[in-house]
Amino acid sequence: MEAGIISYGAYIPRYRIKPEEIGRVWGEDGAARGKGLGVMAKSVPAPDEDVITIAVEAARNALKRVDIDPKDIGAIYTGSESHPYAVKPTSTVVAEAIMASPDLTAADYEFACKAGTAALQNVLGLVESGIIKYGMAIGSDTSQGAPGDPLEYTASAGGAAFLVGKDGVIAEINGMYSYTTDTPDFWRREGQPYPSHGGRFTGEPAYFRHVLTAAKGMMERMGTEAKDYDYVVLHQPNGKFPRRAAKKLGFSPEQLETGLLTPRIGNTYSGAVPLGLSAVLDAAEPGNRILAVSFGSGAGSDAFDITVTDEMKKFRKERAPLVMDMVNDEVFIDYATYVKYRKKIRRKGD
Amino acid sequence: MNMPRFWREIQGRYNLIGSRCGNCGEYFFPKRDICPKCHRKSVGKMETVKFSGRGRIISYSIVHDPHPEYKDMRPYIMAIIELEEGPRLTAQVVDCSPEEVKTGMEVEATFRKLAEDGKEGVIFYGYKFRPLRK
Repeated sequence: MEAGIISYGAYIPRYRIKPEEIGRVWGEDGAARGKGLGVMAKSVPAPDEDVITIAVEAARNALKRVDIDPKDIGAIYTGSESHPYAVKPTSTVVAEAIMASPDLTAADYEFACKAGTAALQNVLGLVESGIIKYGMAIGSDTSQGAPGDPLEYTASAGGAAFLVGKDGVIAEINGMYSYTTDTPDFWRREGQPYPSHGGRFTGEPAYFRHVLTAAKGMMERMGTEAKDYDYVVLHQPNGKFPRRAAKKLGFSPEQLETGLLTPRIGNTYSGAVPLGLSAVLDAAEPGNRILAVSFGSGAGSDAFDITVTDEMKKFRKERAPLVMDMVNDEVFIDYATYVKYRKKIRRKGD
Repeated sequence: MNMPRFWREIQGRYNLIGSRCGNCGEYFFPKRDICPKCHRKSVGKMETVKFSGRGRIISYSIVHDPHPEYKDMRPYIMAIIELEEGPRLTAQVVDCSPEEVKTGMEVEATFRKLAEDGKEGVIFYGYKFRPLRK
């Protein structure tokens, strides 16, 4: 494919809460919960941050690293399951905030945790076909977990943006493959503030079936094996699932580690694979090969086979913060501050 | 906040779009049609500019008695910031505690939620500032 990633940018809010603190409030052994899930902390957005502000910061970080005219961006798609508006797009605000308006198409995507990679597939298609010069695909979420629900230990916030074009490609897309079924493992009905999930059902028939099939399907189509890749990025609802999936696919912990951020920041939903891939691109050298597989409940997985090009040597990575800079910039808050920030307190007028 | 007025000011609030007088070279924020120094001489010479978003804190105040919408962030910092191009503006400083803020501190613009028109109304976005990331 001629179209590929020409830049990327990430954003992670700096507030964090630990599983110990969540467990303290709900009478559970939070430390044991965190250990079981493989999560040491999760990111929490500030009261004035949402999917739109995270998407804008990520998109601006992507644009800082290249010298292109934002007016040449022909499409902006933002994937999220927590868009601030039910009706009114996130992507129009992003377009205006990066000065790409008005000659472009914009839309929001929804597919649980894989809406960001769905957006990436679509801008790749538009750029590859020559319909647009550049396209921006963003995955951004401020995911919700009901108070006291197991999801509260992991549901976090963050996002990343990919700028797609044909000139100056730093990461070539060798192939894409998706696997999609109707599997009701996790959902949120219209108007409901918190999602519901199928408990243990979310593991085998949902996450593992889709991620493993998409990864195997991609490797079959490319004629590759796990050892042909330098890095693997898998959807990471917790720290445990991606480790188990990587092992089943024949990947080593070293191949997985760089793109596994959930242990430090929780599950950023639509931001998860985009952020993991950004962390890998921060570290990758020309010639490195990456397999990235997202998962969205409902359910589906998008796989991407990627090769880092020589252009990476000239790429101005240092113009924007690296993913690990933001992972390491952490301010821990208590549960009371967390519920205030996440607006989980019922107030006068609510 | 009034929606039509906010909508007219989106470019200033989102992207720090201001003006430069083509006659005397001074920068202004928000955008101006006429230079207050050059008056008639600036007619037709005002240029639209995008500020870098970097600046420093000239003065600040820790707000303990906030507007109801800002209660979640109490106490928070409001500062007069001088942009590196020269103009000064007032904005909230985020990702910074009242103990950390200092006069002269280098800051950069960030994109945040400014307010919302109730639960059903529009959400207003725009610039705030945070300590400069090195």
